[in-house]
Amino acid sequence: MFNKLRPVWLVARRELRDQFRDWRVLLPMLILTLCFPFLMNEFAKETVDYLNQFNANLVLERLVPISIMIIGFFPITVALVVALESFVGEKERGTIEPLLTAPFDDWQLYFGKLLVGAITPLIASYTSIGLYLWMIHRQGLTFPDGMVMLQLMLLTTAHAVVMVSAAIVISVQSTSVKAANLLASFIVIPVAILMQGEAVMLFWGNETVLWLGIAGVVIIAVLLIRVGIAHFEREYLLGREIDTLNLKWIARTFWRNFTGGAVSLWDWYRRAVMSSLRRIFSAFLIMVVVAAVSLWLSYDWVMVNVSDAVSRASPEALKKVEENIEELPEFSSMSGHLDASFLFLNNTRSMATILLAGLTSFGVLGVMIYMLNIGLIGGVYALFKLLGVSPLPIFLAGILPHGIFEIPALMIGSAAVLYIGAVIVTPQTGKSMGEVILEMMADWAKLFVGVVVPLLAVAALIEAYVTPVLLLRVLGGGMR
Amino acid sequence: MIETNDLSKQFHDFVAVDGVNLSVGSGQILALLGQNGAGKTTTVRMLTALLQPTRGSARVAGYDVTKNGHDVRASVGVLTEHHGLYMRMTAEEYMDFFGQVYNLDPSLRKTRIENLLEYFGLAEAAKRRIGEYSKGMRQKLALARAMIHEPGVLLLDEPTSAMDPESARLVRDEIARLKSTQRTIMLCSHNLTEVELLADKIAIIYRGRILVQGSLDELKRDVFGLPEYVAQFAAEWDADGLALPKGMELLEKTATRFKVRVEAPGELNPILLKRLADASAPLVSFQEEARTLEQVYLKVMASARGKEHVQ
Repeated sequence: MFNKLRPVWLVARRELRDQFRDWRVLLPMLILTLCFPFLMNEFAKETVDYLNQFNANLVLERLVPISIMIIGFFPITVALVVALESFVGEKERGTIEPLLTAPFDDWQLYFGKLLVGAITPLIASYTSIGLYLWMIHRQGLTFPDGMVMLQLMLLTTAHAVVMVSAAIVISVQSTSVKAANLLASFIVIPVAILMQGEAVMLFWGNETVLWLGIAGVVIIAVLLIRVGIAHFEREYLLGREIDTLNLKWIARTFWRNFTGGAVSLWDWYRRAVMSSLRRIFSAFLIMVVVAAVSLWLSYDWVMVNVSDAVSRASPEALKKVEENIEELPEFSSMSGHLDASFLFLNNTRSMATILLAGLTSFGVLGVMIYMLNIGLIGGVYALFKLLGVSPLPIFLAGILPHGIFEIPALMIGSAAVLYIGAVIVTPQTGKSMGEVILEMMADWAKLFVGVVVPLLAVAALIEAYVTPVLLLRVLGGGMR
Repeated sequence: MIETNDLSKQFHDFVAVDGVNLSVGSGQILALLGQNGAGKTTTVRMLTALLQPTRGSARVAGYDVTKNGHDVRASVGVLTEHHGLYMRMTAEEYMDFFGQVYNLDPSLRKTRIENLLEYFGLAEAAKRRIGEYSKGMRQKLALARAMIHEPGVLLLDEPTSAMDPESARLVRDEIARLKSTQRTIMLCSHNLTEVELLADKIAIIYRGRILVQGSLDELKRDVFGLPEYVAQFAAEWDADGLALPKGMELLEKTATRFKVRVEAPGELNPILLKRLADASAPLVSFQEEARTLEQVYLKVMASARGKEHVQ
């Protein structure tokens, strides 16, 4: 094992030595490490003074962990610079070839670069956090407890790994440092959003949720590393492609995969669409299981938590809810707003959201939106049950007729997104990542146009013109 | 040794190497000649398991380049087109890094580094940053790196391109020494004089295909036909009465010289020389008409282009 890891350290050590000789890396790192704790401390002092006027101790208590997370993050931004140019920079300087001809395995080279990208910024980050904690201690502010500190350190480390691994994916796939830097916004923006979410979690102060958040970030980091190794190709690194946007090639590759060489619509369905359906079959089965799990989870959650909340609610609160329900319009008058085109566009937009979310998270966020959609059914079912209304006739009349078409469409679309994620993290020999993504997008588009859109169109027509009639019959027009 | 069989590489629609068959044994030097972009670097990259062939196969140092990439890379020393030196490192650090890459133990590493730097005249600059080196010094250092693990197979791309004549001579001597120690060497070069001096075999590649290959003599014979010899006289001499041995063909004749094509020079030339002496011809010189590798190369390339033009 040591012999296998030795080359990793060898690659990392050489680059570390190089980094410490480059003032362009060292200077920003020193400034970020040493100056920001002071700046943050001054900001915290001002905030403390201000908030003390209102006796907002809880806000103060939560402010320190968030400050620590931010302070830890600043030096990590340097990791991006180092990692972004790890492979493509060596390619531009012409030093990559002797390294590639060395007897290293791909993963050894990859992890060597990953290590060097993360190690220096992390040391700087921990130093920065240490400095800030020392300042907090001197001011007598409340120290975050051990568990929160552990979570913060894990989050900081996970941020570094996420950024470095994403930057290396970009570095391996880019043809120039310039292109890699431009693509860096695909790392910075999601990480910024991620940190906002984490700040909310820290402010909330719910330990379990924060652990789940950390687990999520770690999973993303692992997936990114997997993507990097899956698409690491010596051949691609030695290629002479230039940074010209080849729209013709993009269009040709997409179209070739979309049509699948079909000569007619029937042929397209028979060959292209069916083969795509076969490819996503496993993902479809996973979606069926996920649907069952989300239905059960939401049903159970509503049954437990809502009934518990109702039993604990004050009579005034319950009266208020009743008043709100009274204010709702009559069901019969609502049906006019739900025309087929609105329903169709709404469902299509949901599918597009699942695709976009899935593309930025290897399918994970897409599946989560899918779970939310399906889960709603279980939750509503449970609510009817709690209200003492028999849910089965309502579901048979209000969901089943259009659901027969809409739910499979949702499942197929989401399965295709999950499949894209799975393919991206799987090695694809002889293909660039761009090629793989284009092929996957064409596959998704095939299923979307050929299966999902027709199913959603039929579902929308039924939901607009058949479901309200059936529901009115079942509810007798009296249900609000 | 190096063996390739129908080795081919295609990038999308572009065929970079097309059906290359080469064989280089131990103690042999093969020179691969060709224009820029002819497929030399792609061939070398396939032989170092950096690129996967799209067709055919290759074995280097006994390992299959497709199946045993790691072993191939451990067994070859490569001087790449770009030297790939780390400018912030010193020569000593750089060599030490690659010594560790090839898993040499510290004492052996130290000895080899000292010897190689000494041999290439870099010992005094060993502790200077590579960024301060001249082009020639960098070239020598890159070559020293390729040799640090004393590989059985060496793939050298333009080994003397940036060097002064003295350093180039040094490198040529080293290549010759390596050959004498039964190393297999493949040389990509545009320096045809150097190739003539060093290579046992020469292959000319054009647009990914090997046009001709063989020893220099074989190439000359293949391209220009049988060797031609010129007899030069000090004064006018009538050669009409001279009977040429069978297997010799008179090509041209003037009052002071004549040129013959000879089937078997080793056997026929002594006979002709004896007859000239017997006839008291005022012979000043009798030598093979110079046919350099450059002429061979240019003719082969012209012929390839001509065929292409006709097609």
